[in-house]
Amino acid sequence: MSALIEIEFRLNGISRRVSVPLQMSALEMLRDMMGQHGTKYGCGEGECGACTISVDHRTVNSCLKFAVDCDGRDIQTIEGLAATPFGETLNRAMVEHGAVQCGFCTPGIMMQAQQVLTDNPDASRAQIQRGLEGNLCRCTGYRKILDAIEAAAHPSPAVD
Amino acid sequence: MAPTPREEAFADSLIGRRVPKLDAPDKASGRTRYLHDINVPGQLHAKILRATEVHARIVSIDVEAARRVPGVHAVITAADVPWQRPIGITKDHMPLKADIVRSRRDEIAAVAADTVQAAQEALRLIRVAYEPLPIVTNSAQALGPGAPLLHGEDLRVPGRNGALEVVHKACSDNVSMAYEYGHGDVSQGERESVVVVEDVFWLHYVTHCCMGVSGVIAEFDASGSLLLYSNTQVPFLHKREFAELLGIDPGRIRIIQPPIGGGFGSKLDIYPFEPIAIFLAKITRRPVKLLFTREEEFIASPTRQPVLLKLRSGCDREGRLTFRAVDTIHDNGAYTSWGATTPFVMMQTISSLYRVPHCHYRTRAVYTNNPYAGSFRGYGNLQATFAVEAHMDKLADALGMDALEFRLLNAQDPGESTPQGMHFRSCGFKECLGTAAERSDYAAKRRRNLEHWNDGNPVKRGIGMASMLHVGGGAKMYPSDGCGTIIKLDDFAKVTLITGASEIGQGSETVLALLVCEELGLPIDSVTVVNNDTAITPWDVGVHASRTTFIGGNSAIGAARKAKRKILEIAAPKAGRTPDDLDLRGGHIVLRATGERIQEIGKFLRSLHFSEKAELVMTTYYYEPPSVHLDRNYKGNVSAAYAWATQVAEVEVDTDTGIVRLLKITAAHDVGRVLNRLGIEGQIEGGIVMGQGYALSEDLLVEDGVIRNPNFRDYKLVTAPEIPEMDVSFIETMDGEGPQGAKGVGEAPAICIAAAVANAIYNATGTRIYALPFTPEKVYRALRGSNMPPKWPADAA
Repeated sequence: MSALIEIEFRLNGISRRVSVPLQMSALEMLRDMMGQHGTKYGCGEGECGACTISVDHRTVNSCLKFAVDCDGRDIQTIEGLAATPFGETLNRAMVEHGAVQCGFCTPGIMMQAQQVLTDNPDASRAQIQRGLEGNLCRCTGYRKILDAIEAAAHPSPAVD
Repeated sequence: MAPTPREEAFADSLIGRRVPKLDAPDKASGRTRYLHDINVPGQLHAKILRATEVHARIVSIDVEAARRVPGVHAVITAADVPWQRPIGITKDHMPLKADIVRSRRDEIAAVAADTVQAAQEALRLIRVAYEPLPIVTNSAQALGPGAPLLHGEDLRVPGRNGALEVVHKACSDNVSMAYEYGHGDVSQGERESVVVVEDVFWLHYVTHCCMGVSGVIAEFDASGSLLLYSNTQVPFLHKREFAELLGIDPGRIRIIQPPIGGGFGSKLDIYPFEPIAIFLAKITRRPVKLLFTREEEFIASPTRQPVLLKLRSGCDREGRLTFRAVDTIHDNGAYTSWGATTPFVMMQTISSLYRVPHCHYRTRAVYTNNPYAGSFRGYGNLQATFAVEAHMDKLADALGMDALEFRLLNAQDPGESTPQGMHFRSCGFKECLGTAAERSDYAAKRRRNLEHWNDGNPVKRGIGMASMLHVGGGAKMYPSDGCGTIIKLDDFAKVTLITGASEIGQGSETVLALLVCEELGLPIDSVTVVNNDTAITPWDVGVHASRTTFIGGNSAIGAARKAKRKILEIAAPKAGRTPDDLDLRGGHIVLRATGERIQEIGKFLRSLHFSEKAELVMTTYYYEPPSVHLDRNYKGNVSAAYAWATQVAEVEVDTDTGIVRLLKITAAHDVGRVLNRLGIEGQIEGGIVMGQGYALSEDLLVEDGVIRNPNFRDYKLVTAPEIPEMDVSFIETMDGEGPQGAKGVGEAPAICIAAAVANAIYNATGTRIYALPFTPEKVYRALRGSNMPPKWPADAA
C-alpha cells in the first residue's frame, strides 16, 4: 500500500479532513470513505457520467479525478444537490416527468443538469441535449430527462 | 353541468393517468441503495481470473504466490471445489474451469480478500500455463467437417453418492440446440407464388450495457442456509438452481433483490460469478461481495444472439403471402444460455407476423469459441422481424403494390388463430398499421423520396415501416407462468402489496399499486410495495416475456378484489344493503349507484379489528394465465394475449459519408389499455432508443473470440443529442384477459426499429443492406457496391 496523504476539503458545505492513498480516485473516496453512495460507478473511465460530481462548481467525472486533487476544493455530490432548493425542484421535475427508470444514471444526470442550467438558465432543448451528451442512460431514451430539465429551467405557471 | 356525486366519487380513477414512479424521488436524490451500495459487516471482496486464451487446455495453475498476499482469505480453482456442478440451460458450463477453457471469458480462479485491491494483486500473481487448442469462431465453420469440437466429451461430475455421473453428453457436431417447425407445405406455397425472394441476413453482437454492473453478495449463516443479495430477474427459479448447485434444500436459500441498475433480460440466467461468490463464502465462512468492472461487464455478461438467417418468401398475384422458409445458424458461443432458445420467439414471428399459409423454420445453435448469448429484450424477435419486414417491402415492390396496402392485406384480424396455434383474442394490428402510416404521412413521403434518388443531392431522405408481433400476456415456458400476491390492509387503510413480481426499473411496483388502488378506492400513496425478498414474497416465474404488468397485474387485482369483497360483505348488513350495492371509492365505502359515502375505509377496518370477533383484512391470490405449453411441434396458444406495433422510421442518409441520422419514429402500439401513461411512454421511448442503437451504432466487435471494444468509448450507445423525434400512439384494444384490458409492452418498442430503418435506408438510396448495424463505413461501402453481403455457407445445408 502506498503512503496516505492528508487532504482537507468541503463536502456539501461541511469541512472534511481525510487521509487517502495517492492512487485513490475521488469516486472511491466519496463512496468508500464518506458514504456518498449516490455517486455511482458506471465505467471507471469517464465515459458514462454516472459518477458526476461538482468540484468548485464545475462538473467532473469523479472516477477520473484523484482524491488528493480534492484538497482545498469545494465538492458537491448528489446528496448535497438534493438538499438545495434547486435540487428539490429538479428532483420534482424528474419524478413528475417520468425521467427515472432504473435510476442508476439519475444522480449523475441531476449533477450535470444543474451545471447546464447554471451555465445558461435559458438553455434551449438542443443545448440541454448537448450538455448531457456525456451522461449515458440505457432505460429512458432521454426524452423524459430532457423534458424534466426543460421544465425545471422554465417552470410553467401553476394550472388547476 | 356540475358532476353528479357518483361522477365525483368515481373521478379518482388512476387508469390512464400519468402516475410518477413510487421509487423515483429516492433514486433522483441519490438515496436508493443498489446492490453496489450495500456492504455487509465482515464482508470480503471477490475477484475472478479469466482465461487469456480463447481455446486451450489448462496445463497448470499456480496460486501459491497469490495465497501469500496480505489480506487474501482464499484463492480457489476448480480443484478446490470438486463438488461444483454445471450451470446453464443445458448444464454444459462449469463455474470454474478445470481442464479446458473455451472462451476468453472463462473463469479459472477466484480470490476473496479484505479489499478489492488485495484481491486484484493476488489475481496478478496467479500463473496459468496453457496448451492452445484449435479455435473456431465462425458458426458456419463450426458446423463444417473437421471443425474443432467444443464439447466433444461427456461432462462428468461427482454425483450425490460420489460416483461420476454424466451431466452433459458429448456433442459430436457442435450443435448445441436445434429446432424445426412447419405448417402447410412450403413447396405448394412456392408453386402458388408469382414473386419469390430469398436473402441472407446477418444480425450482429450487441450487449445489454446495464448502467449498474453485475454483482452479488453471498452469505451463509451458521446452519448453512444461504442468503444472496442478487439482481436476478427470476429469484424463485434461481433459488431452485442454486440449491441444486450446492446440494441443499431450496428452502434454505433466500434471495433479496436490491434495486437494480438495469436488467433488459441480462439477469435471466445464472452466470459463473454467482456460484463462485457462493463458493468463496462457503469456504471463507464470510459474506463475499463480487462486483464486475465495466470491462468485465462487456466481456463476461451475455450478448444478444447473433444470427445468420436465410429467408425465402413469396406472394401470389393479389399480394397474399404464400409461404416463408427460414434457416438460421445461431452463434451459441462456448456455452448454452437462453440465447439458444430465441427460436421459440423467432418462429412466432416467422409463422404468424401476417398470415402465412405455408411455413418452414429451422435453427441450429452452434458452439464456437465466442462469447455466449443470453436473453435480451425482444428475445430473437429483432432478428426475425428484421428479415421478415425487409421481405414485406421487397415483395410489395416486386409486385408493384403499395407497401402499406400489401401489409394491410396480409395483417390478421381479431379472433383469428394462426397455424402455430396462437389465438388473437384482441388484435390491433391493422389499427397500428393505419395509425403509424397516417401520422407519418408514410405513403406520400415514400413515393416522394424515390424522386430524389438521382437528383445529385448527396443527402437523401428515407421512410420505412416495420411491424411486430410479440407475446403480451406472458409465455408459458415453465410449469407455471403465474404470480402470487398478498395484500394486507392496516388500521389506517394503508395497503401493503406483497408481490412476487420484481421491479427492474420498468415501473412494475407503481403499475401494480395503481391497479390495487383502482380496486380499493384508495390513493396511490397509501400503498407500500414489497417485492424483493423470496422469504416474504409469493412465487413468480420472473421478469421476462413482457409479462409483469399482465400476470403480476392480474394477480394484484385478484388479491385486491378479495379484500374488497370481504370489506363489502361485512359492511353491507350494517348498512342495510347487499354487498353488490356498495363500492369502495375515495377512501370510503360508498353506495355504488350514487357514490354517497357510508363510512371511511380506515374507520371500518379499525372497527373490524377491535370488534369482539376481531378480524384483519389480508388476502392472497395466485394468477395463472389461460395459456398452454407448446406441444412437441411447437404449436399452442402460449400466451394469454398478443401485442402488435407498427413503427415508421424517417432517416437522412449522407451518401458522401455513409452517416445515417434517425430523424423521427412514428410508433403505434396495441397495448390493450394504457394503465400508467407516464410509465408506458417511458417504456416505449426507451425501447425505441435501444432499437436505434441496435440499428445504427452498437456493435460488439468480436475478432477471433476476443472482444475488441469492451468500453463505452468504442461501444457506442445512443446519447442524448442523437435521439429521434418520437410520436407514439396507443391503440387500446381492451384485451378481455388483460388487467383492466392491458397487455405487456416491455419488449415491443425495441423490436422493429432496425427493420424500419433498413427499409428507410432503401427508400432513401435504393440500396438494401442485409447486415447490421448501419455504421457509416458499412453504409458508405454498400452505396458503392463494395460491401460483402452475408452469404449462406455452402457446406451448412
